[in-house]
Amino acid sequence: MFRETEILQSGSQVLPSGQDLGGAGDLVINVGPQHPATHGVLHLVITLNGETIKKVEPHLGYIHRSIEKMCESLTYRQFIYVTSRMDYLSAHINNHACAMCVEKAMQIEVPERAQVIRVIMDELTRIASHELWWGAMAMDIGAFTPFFHAFREREKINEIMEETCGARLTMNYYVPGGLMADLHPDFQKKVKEFIELFKRKVDEYDELVTDNIIFINRMKGVGLISKEDAVSFGWSGPAARGSGVNCDIRKLYPYAVYDKVEFDEILETGCDSLARYMVRIREMKQSIRIIEQLIDNIPEGDFQAKTKAVLKLPKGEFYTRVETARGELGVYIVSEGATTPYRIKFRSPGFSNLSALDHMARGSKLGDLVAMMGTLDLVIPDIDR
Amino acid sequence: MNNGELKSKITELLPAATFDESGEWLNINIEPVDWLSFAGNLRNEDSLFFDYLFCLTCIDWKTHLTMVYHLSSTKFRHNIVVKSKLDREKPEIESVSHIWKTAIFHEREVYEMFGVNFLNHPDLRLLILPDGWEGKNPMRKDFEDPINMIKL
Repeated sequence: MFRETEILQSGSQVLPSGQDLGGAGDLVINVGPQHPATHGVLHLVITLNGETIKKVEPHLGYIHRSIEKMCESLTYRQFIYVTSRMDYLSAHINNHACAMCVEKAMQIEVPERAQVIRVIMDELTRIASHELWWGAMAMDIGAFTPFFHAFREREKINEIMEETCGARLTMNYYVPGGLMADLHPDFQKKVKEFIELFKRKVDEYDELVTDNIIFINRMKGVGLISKEDAVSFGWSGPAARGSGVNCDIRKLYPYAVYDKVEFDEILETGCDSLARYMVRIREMKQSIRIIEQLIDNIPEGDFQAKTKAVLKLPKGEFYTRVETARGELGVYIVSEGATTPYRIKFRSPGFSNLSALDHMARGSKLGDLVAMMGTLDLVIPDIDR
Repeated sequence: MNNGELKSKITELLPAATFDESGEWLNINIEPVDWLSFAGNLRNEDSLFFDYLFCLTCIDWKTHLTMVYHLSSTKFRHNIVVKSKLDREKPEIESVSHIWKTAIFHEREVYEMFGVNFLNHPDLRLLILPDGWEGKNPMRKDFEDPINMIKL
């Protein structure tokens, strides 16, 4: 932790831009890396004047595993599963992006059945991720009960995943060309039960938290970011849609069967924490809508296309993007025609979203910082990679 | 704008640019010295309006480094890829963090992982790696760490 002491001792700090950060009465405090409000090992160095934030400086890397370098020595079948460990709450969706990139490069036609199952799985993952966010975010603000409500329903999704994929968090279910295994016979029944339950519960969530006046007072007007700034900072996902940016990859660049289902892209124009909160709550309802359209219409057929045992991508560069629960995940593969990628880059949504935290927080109160970070929905392994 | 229109517009702005249309998006190769003014044009030209820098990264080709910028427009929904070859011994390119603010973090990441020096970056320091890793650049192809790196 030598970095912290160094900052504490340095006292007056002058940025290259000439801005003096260490005036009289300024206090530098550390939040994290082990702090419940950062949801993981994020380390923030905050310069305060009284209760007003003058600067927030994220220090990353506490869970950096250099996944990009690791992937350079993994084959195209293996590297997909490392990405479950990036944004572990969107494991299916990360795997989807990687599988799609390999399929695009090798021009593999994925069977319709696999495409539909993938979308159902992706949307279940999105609901599970948003539920965990909802519980944790309410807890950050000071409400403890929602956390248990959220985990109760999320458990149902984990059970569904466990039956079909054999795992609850890092599922590793997608392979280039389709899926690793067929669905569990109970899958459709269980999902339908979950939908019925969840529809009632979402309204309960609204009663418990969304309409709560204390909650609204904590969220409204906090963490403002304009549409232009959100785009400039590379924001994507529900965070950017809270500022009115059209950025849903499922709508803009449809993949799998997203162009065949009906759903709305949720946009809010509040630009604050409350808007970002509302986007995610409303998005859960859209995910339910997508699953409802597909769950009775899973086509019969193969769940996997026939592919060679050893995959060799042609020479070239390939880029795919998907909408994870946090935003736009890009997978950029540079291939030299070998069985392993020459270079791989994951454009993670959390990394770009976090970069605007300093811009958002300056001038606001320390207590509001948690409300801002909560609605960014940061998953630290996704940021550090 | 489609690739053909983008190509003619960009040739107008920067006659020295060369193109590669083999991939999904139009690839534009430029010299590092042209980058700053070209980037400003891409962002501010009304008919181009590339306001969304969605990916910024670097590739080590062993003989040289290549900076790769993926740009998109939220208004027109067209995408381009801008590439620039850098000298591997002394890689230097102008920072674009004042044009696209997301570059502040992304350029810091490329700086520590590849050792690219971004000129006029407001705060060029290590971001992910701990102190003491300056100049080691782990994402370069010749980086070896016998203790921490496991070769499969």
